[in-house]
Amino acid sequence: MNTSTINKNINRRHFLKIGITAGGGLVLGMEWLAACSPSGSNGPEVMQTLNAYIKIGADGLVTIMAPNPEIGQGVKTSLPMIVAEELDIDWKNVRIEQAPLDTDKYKRQVAGGSGSVRSSWEPFRQAGATGRQMLVNAAALQWKVDPAACTTEAGMVHHKSSGKKIAYGELVEKAATMPVPENVQLKDPEQFRIIGTRVGNCDTKAIVTGKQQYGIDTKREGMLYASVIRPPAFGQKLVSFDDAVARKYSGVKDIVSFDDKIAVLGRSTWEVMQAAKAVKAVWKDDGTLESTADYKANFNKILQQLPKESKRKDGNVKKALASGAKIFEATFECPFIPHNTMEPMNFFADVKPNSVELYGPTQLPDRVRNAIAEKLKIPKENIKVGMTRIGGGFGRRLSTDFAEEAVAVSQLAKAPVNVIWRREEDMGGGYYRPMALYKYKAATDSNGKLVAWHHHSVGVTGNTARENNFPAGAVPNLQVDTHEYKSPVTTGPWRAPIHNYIAFAEESFLDEIAHGVGKDPVAFRLELLELARTQPAGKVDYDVDRYAGVIKKVAQMANWGQPKPGVYQGIGAHFSFSTYVAQVAEVTNVNGQWKVNKIYCAVDCGTVVNRSGAETQVEGAMIDGLGHAMFGELTLTKGKPDQTNYDHYRLIRMREAPPVEIAFIQNNEKPTGLGEPGLPPVSAAVANALFAATGHRFRSQPFMNSAAVFSVQKQSEV
Amino acid sequence: MAVFNLTINNTDYKVDVDPQMPLLWVIRDFAGLTGTKFGCGIAQCGACTVHLDGTAVRSCSIPVSSVGKQKVVTIEGLSENGDHPVQKAWEEADVPQCGYCQAGQVMSAAALLKDKPHPTDEEIDNMMSGNICRCGTYNRIKKAIHMAAKGGQS
Repeated sequence: MNTSTINKNINRRHFLKIGITAGGGLVLGMEWLAACSPSGSNGPEVMQTLNAYIKIGADGLVTIMAPNPEIGQGVKTSLPMIVAEELDIDWKNVRIEQAPLDTDKYKRQVAGGSGSVRSSWEPFRQAGATGRQMLVNAAALQWKVDPAACTTEAGMVHHKSSGKKIAYGELVEKAATMPVPENVQLKDPEQFRIIGTRVGNCDTKAIVTGKQQYGIDTKREGMLYASVIRPPAFGQKLVSFDDAVARKYSGVKDIVSFDDKIAVLGRSTWEVMQAAKAVKAVWKDDGTLESTADYKANFNKILQQLPKESKRKDGNVKKALASGAKIFEATFECPFIPHNTMEPMNFFADVKPNSVELYGPTQLPDRVRNAIAEKLKIPKENIKVGMTRIGGGFGRRLSTDFAEEAVAVSQLAKAPVNVIWRREEDMGGGYYRPMALYKYKAATDSNGKLVAWHHHSVGVTGNTARENNFPAGAVPNLQVDTHEYKSPVTTGPWRAPIHNYIAFAEESFLDEIAHGVGKDPVAFRLELLELARTQPAGKVDYDVDRYAGVIKKVAQMANWGQPKPGVYQGIGAHFSFSTYVAQVAEVTNVNGQWKVNKIYCAVDCGTVVNRSGAETQVEGAMIDGLGHAMFGELTLTKGKPDQTNYDHYRLIRMREAPPVEIAFIQNNEKPTGLGEPGLPPVSAAVANALFAATGHRFRSQPFMNSAAVFSVQKQSEV
Repeated sequence: MAVFNLTINNTDYKVDVDPQMPLLWVIRDFAGLTGTKFGCGIAQCGACTVHLDGTAVRSCSIPVSSVGKQKVVTIEGLSENGDHPVQKAWEEADVPQCGYCQAGQVMSAAALLKDKPHPTDEEIDNMMSGNICRCGTYNRIKKAIHMAAKGGQS
């Protein structure tokens, strides 16, 4: 029996305190528009707040709060599943509500770093289990029995020996006033009834009927749409502009300028976009305007010298390279790529003298709030940030530029605004995945053992290495050297940052070495992992057995080494966001063109929370990664992006998406990241399969540029 | 500026706009039906797909002046209760990730099945390759279209 007092609980996690402070009264749920219900029932019920995550109605319907931004990674569904599991309720009685931004209550309200399920696993289980225990305690009190003699099942408390049972809905009012228990019992994974099952995206019904609202759909009383003109090239500034003609366009209400930008405001999106084209702006260069060829030349120049300090040094690479039996060298190139979220950047802002209302798609609502508080010098309590369902993030919406713009426009126009970016502005607007160049050197000894590995890379702003990742730990002499190249082009995180290109470079290079010493690429990796286990060199971030586990599994799935006639295989494996992924790509020649006809994938992400969601994350990441490896490239001419819409920038389409087969390693480890880890290995798996097929190495992305061996369809066909 | 009378989802709308304004923006900003999405503005991504007299079109590239008496159906009007076989199949196959492109995908798929009740993989590829999904839900879309086709059979 729980004997803890309210005072004792005061320092526990805040969400547990809510059960006490909010326990006294009945409350109406918030943000009903953002709610969805798997059972299809709508309309607010009078509900009792049990804690920050749980509200239970007298009818037994349970509302679970989803605190993190939903960008398509499925957390609006999967996080409530964790709470529901421990609360021990029937999923069909659950409705899900997007929580408002309240980091005191919910701590991490972030969509990024594949971190939501990882970081929420323990606290969300605790929240559910604590709620369950409070309901049990309420029933026990009513029945005057020992709570330990009570069990729960599907939203009911049972007392076996007396045969009594009672629904949560009848207990919640009492339960919410009871002390918050400590050290609650979590379920044994064997007892899981929701976790590990296939649960559909909770917003699907709204999405397929057009009812789902995204940020771009935001419209308020008195709101103006805004289109912003930004410098056409990275490294340019605004000198002057003439808006006389634009102001006469129908629907235009105002034109304002700020931070080298010009905003046209009006009654409809298209009208302001059209009028923006009629503004005559004069721009000046502010420093050197760089083109893609300049980056390539400058990168190569930088890599002629080593940096002052290495990121990692094991053994003596220089000596080992000098005395190696066989030396390998290769250079890998990755271009800039834009995020291309299907929902273009947009944000709603309503700036009042001492308060701001913001609403829109952001992966970091708290960062938005802090940035605006800092900029406007007003307390962050006066800034309200509403979270929408988001039409793709991929890292672009970790930045705050679009929200800051909306605030600036609203402030100048003295009106609520929704700033909506044209695709050209979105694609040309920067924050790209950094362009990078990698030069690798390696040496093997007379037995074909990898004895030296030198990583030397440069990228546009930001890190380019994951120095403690495989093969670090498996090579006695290893050195990692990186350089940062400053550029006016803005760069930022892009789905699986750094991993997305380092996995391509390293897994391709390992394949080259394996072939070079006449070893099977799968066996070669497993040998290296065995060395990392038996004779580890330096610090490693990964677990050798789990790493080897996915490689063995995918080899078995793909019948590695024994493909069907005309089929060529390649493998890639990578560890990121605490998750292990290995993939085997198969290519065949269809009418003279090399085609990826299947990709196998083995994943170890610990416990799978939502099987359907997990599969679709991995499958989507593989297709996304394949598409960008094949087609993704943004080039620049004197600082100006050459591709700004889908007539010149190619994204993968249905006819290019191969079937995939995914297996999850079964274990009871804590769940790890899943929104990103499926992406990094795919480009190397495909490049290695294309090598097996053609004898040609694909060391530069996108592969479609290697047209000599890889015929591609013309964009105009679609 | 000119006045246009449009029939969208069997409801009549009267708008006074530039004749060149694309149907997409009339639907979104004047009729207030935001289920139809803006993606590229140049008929390359398919997010804005609607039906014009039953044919799938990219509403971002159709001037309002060319609509005339043709009946416009948007995602909101595809079925009364969200129970079109394609919508049901989308739920069954758990297709959407971010969901932004899916209104366009559903409208393209519904038009495909109207013309070809039992499409082959190749026919699905050809029709659906005009709709981009950055989340990579293509395989589930294909599966859902086959499911919807089978549902129509029974």
